[in-house]
Order: sequence, then C-alpha cells, then structure tokens
Amino acid sequence: MSWHSHEKLEKNALLLLGFVIVTVLIGGIVEIVPLFRQETVIEPVEGVRPYTPLELVGQNIYIRENCAACHSQQIRPLRDEVVRYGHYSLAAESMYDHPFLWGSKRTGPDLARVGGKYSDEWQVAHLKEPRDLVPESIMPSYEFLLHRGAKLHDLKQHLATLKTLGVPYTQEMVDNASKDAAAQAAGEARTDVSGLLSRYGDKVNARDFDGQPYMVSEMDALVAYLQALGTMVDFEAAKDVEEIGNPGAM
Amino acid sequence: MSDHDQEKEVDKLSGVETTGHEWDGLKELNNPLPRWWVWVFLATVVWSLWYFVVYPAWPTLSGATQGTSGYTQFKELAESQKEIVARQAAYLSRFEKASYREILSDPQLYAFAVAGGKAAFKDNCATCHGSGAQGSYGYPNLNDDDWLWGGRLSDIHTTLLHGIRVQGSYDTRQSQMPAFGKEKLLDTQEISAVVDYVMSLSGAPQKEDFETGRVVFKNQCASCHGNDGEGLHEFGAPNLRDKIWLYGGAREDVYKSVFYSRAGMMPAWGERLDENTLRQLTIFLHQLGGGEEGYEDTIN
Repeated sequence: MSWHSHEKLEKNALLLLGFVIVTVLIGGIVEIVPLFRQETVIEPVEGVRPYTPLELVGQNIYIRENCAACHSQQIRPLRDEVVRYGHYSLAAESMYDHPFLWGSKRTGPDLARVGGKYSDEWQVAHLKEPRDLVPESIMPSYEFLLHRGAKLHDLKQHLATLKTLGVPYTQEMVDNASKDAAAQAAGEARTDVSGLLSRYGDKVNARDFDGQPYMVSEMDALVAYLQALGTMVDFEAAKDVEEIGNPGAM
Repeated sequence: MSDHDQEKEVDKLSGVETTGHEWDGLKELNNPLPRWWVWVFLATVVWSLWYFVVYPAWPTLSGATQGTSGYTQFKELAESQKEIVARQAAYLSRFEKASYREILSDPQLYAFAVAGGKAAFKDNCATCHGSGAQGSYGYPNLNDDDWLWGGRLSDIHTTLLHGIRVQGSYDTRQSQMPAFGKEKLLDTQEISAVVDYVMSLSGAPQKEDFETGRVVFKNQCASCHGNDGEGLHEFGAPNLRDKIWLYGGAREDVYKSVFYSRAGMMPAWGERLDENTLRQLTIFLHQLGGGEEGYEDTIN
C-alpha cells in the first residue's frame, strides 16, 4: 500500500465528496436506525400506563419550572444508586414521556422513584419551603403553586396531541380529560372517581393532594405527578425482567 | 502531470524530501508520520475489531449484536451486588445472631452497626429528622436525651419497627391527646390557665391563674404527662419540664397545642427495611447522644 494513494482522493473533489457521504451515512445509519426500532429495546413489563390528565398537568409544571435542571429521573444500574433510590429505571417507564425528563444533573436527588416515598403533606411542606424540612437545601421555594389554579381547560387537545405521538390514550380518555383531572384532585371523598379509575386503573391516586379541597391548584397537579413517578411497574411481578430482557437478542 | 513523476527535491539542511509546495520561498518538508504514532493507530483499529466481536456493538433491525462476552450492565450490577453482600456477610452472619449485649461488647460489631445505621439514616430518616438528626418543627431532634416513646435500645427498635400512629396497624405506637379547645372539653379561660401552668413548669414566671391551671392540669393532663409534667413514654407524652418544644415554645404555640392537640406520625419501617438494617439504625440512633441505659434483648 502506497502512502501516496490517498492523494488521488485529496486532489479529486468529487471522489472526496463521495467518500465523505459514505462515511457520514454509516454514522447516521448506526445512530438513526435503532430509533425506528425502539420496541426492540423497551422491556416487556406490565403496569406502565399513560399519565392521567392531572399528572400530565403536573409534568408540564415540572417542565415549566425546569426541575430537570437539578433533578434527574433515571436510576442507573449501579450498586450505590440501586441502594439509595431503588430498582434501576427501565426504558419502559419513560416510554410515554414526551419529552423524556431523564436529566443529567443531580444538584438534588434523583426523582425516578419518588412516588409514595413521602406523604403528600411532606411534599407540600417541602415545596413550600424546602429549608423547613431540609435546612441545608438550596432548592427554591415553590409556595406560589398553592395559589395558582391548574390549567385544565386545554387538556383535551393535550391528550389528543400525545395520542398522535403514539401514547395509547383512548378517545374516551381524550373526551373526559378535564373532568378526570378535576376528579383526581377532588378525591373519592368528595366526588365520583369511578370513571377515572376505570380508564387509568385502580392504582391511580385520587385525593386532595395539597390540603386545599376547594381548588385544583398547580400544587395538586405537581404532587400528583411526583407521587406517580416510578410506581407503575410492579417489580415483584416483573422480577425476571432482566432474564426476559434484551428482547432483541440475536 | 502528477507530483509523482517529478524528481523529488531534497532539502539540503535536513536531507528530507519536500512536498513540492512552496509559499514565498518557504518549502514544506515531507516527513513521514512518527512510527510510534502509526503503531498506536493500528493498535486502536485492531482493538475496535476485537470490541465489535466481544461486546454489544452494532445495531441491527431486531436490536443489536450481543457480543461473545454476553456483557450487560444488569449483569455487571448483579455481580457487584453479589460482591458487596459477600463482603458484608462476614459481619452480617455474626450480627444477625448477636444480642444487644454482644453487640455492645464487641467493638467490631458495634462499629459495623453504627456505620450501617448511619447510611440507612441518611437514605430514609434524614428527609424529616434532618441530616444531622437535629429534627425540625414537628420532627423530633434525635441527638438529645428527650425521648417521646423511650430511648432504650429496645424502645427505639419498637418505634422503628411499627412506626408511630400508622393507620390500620395494631402494633404501632398509638396515643391521641384530646383537642381540648376544639372539642370543647375546656373553656378558653381554663386553657389559658393550664398553658400558663405548663409554661411555668419549665421556668416561666407563675401567673395569677397558677392555681386554676394546676387543678386543670391535675384533672386533665397528669394521667399522661405525669403529676409533675415529667412525661410518660408509654403514651408518647412529652416531658413538659424541659425547654424542648416540638411544636414551638411560645405561649401561642403551646396554646394551639392544647386547643387543637398534636399527633405526629412516622412510617413503620419494618415494612421497608430488613431486621438487620433496623437493628443497625437502632444502635446508630442510641449512640447519637441520648440513648438510655438498659434494653430487653430478643436474641439471647
């Protein structure tokens, strides 16, 4: 092999262009093709459901306040993370997130499995003034969420959009979106939640989250979202998912 | 006509061929790449071929190539967990059979318990009790010797295991102070008097309604808080003679406590943590500063 052979390439613009295109195409195919075949890397676990309308409002607040700047939502398969946060995150658990909120920075703790870890009262008190409970915390106060009404009127369009993106919302879910959100924040004690539970499952938390039964506040929505995080997959039932895992194994 | 066909010009000073390129009299030498660099480059190419074969590498239409080593992060995690369990087993096998007496007298086991308890505390307890166990409004400080439900090892263990006021649990720590004002058990004058009396127990000056307050206290409060207000672990009734106030020590705070009553809660950690971790936590909390003497050993 002569070291001079690539001179042909360097001095022939069309030939060079051709080879550049081939090289970039290989890189592109390697990165893009798997995205069209996502189903091959999502674990076949049961229990993951689309977010309820109220949780979706909460997720929107989470995005608006940029919680992902300081909190990740992905527990990596590392020993210390599993000890601290619980079972590592599965791809299936964020398959209905648009956009996904994995994040990459942990100024605060990971929130992938924060659902059910603390009581609603704790969450509300902590969001109101984090330093009341964690003196060394540098998290801002989100007390204003208690005084702002959650945006429920456009939920129907919101669900319809997600449906177009492939989230399996039924037409019934879309039509009842705003109603379901209000019912979830009112809770069983004050309203009929059977419609909500029949659409999204019995495990849905339906109660007054923020201690203000007279309104559906943004605090209600955010706490409903937080309390749902990481609780959908029953890991006892899916214990051997690692063995089933890698459905695309050749 | 290409450069190949020309005679190469050789630089007189270095004896190296030039490329034939010239800028304002400066000519470019055609030095070959350093040999070590070429070898390192070739080695990385060979290494990448080995990597493609051994590790998961190429995406395919039905997933990705798996590699001959069968490596996954999940397997790596399982192995590293196995390793830590094996390392802990050296202590755990002794710890789980050891009584409190044995643990307290064995410096190695004791250090193991404190270290494990400290880690478990940060994961589970610090969010409410504070990272230094200093507590905050409504969440007790665990560094002092003021205990609501008892500070002996076995008391702490029971509190951890069953929690405090856990709904639907028979074994949980349970008590309920009446809301004397809200339920109209006392009128506001009587509440005011008993608040003044209670505050005088920890050193506040006696007021003119002292005698009324003393009588109300004796009739309503003494059965749980004790005749002298010294508290009773059995009911989680706090000692009222010290200046430690869980819900604030200002007059209006104490008034509110009597009027509306207070009832803190703690989860039953037995539902989430295993027995070894609970006992490690017990020993960690006990040595924070306020642990009381004595214990009832369940393991002999």
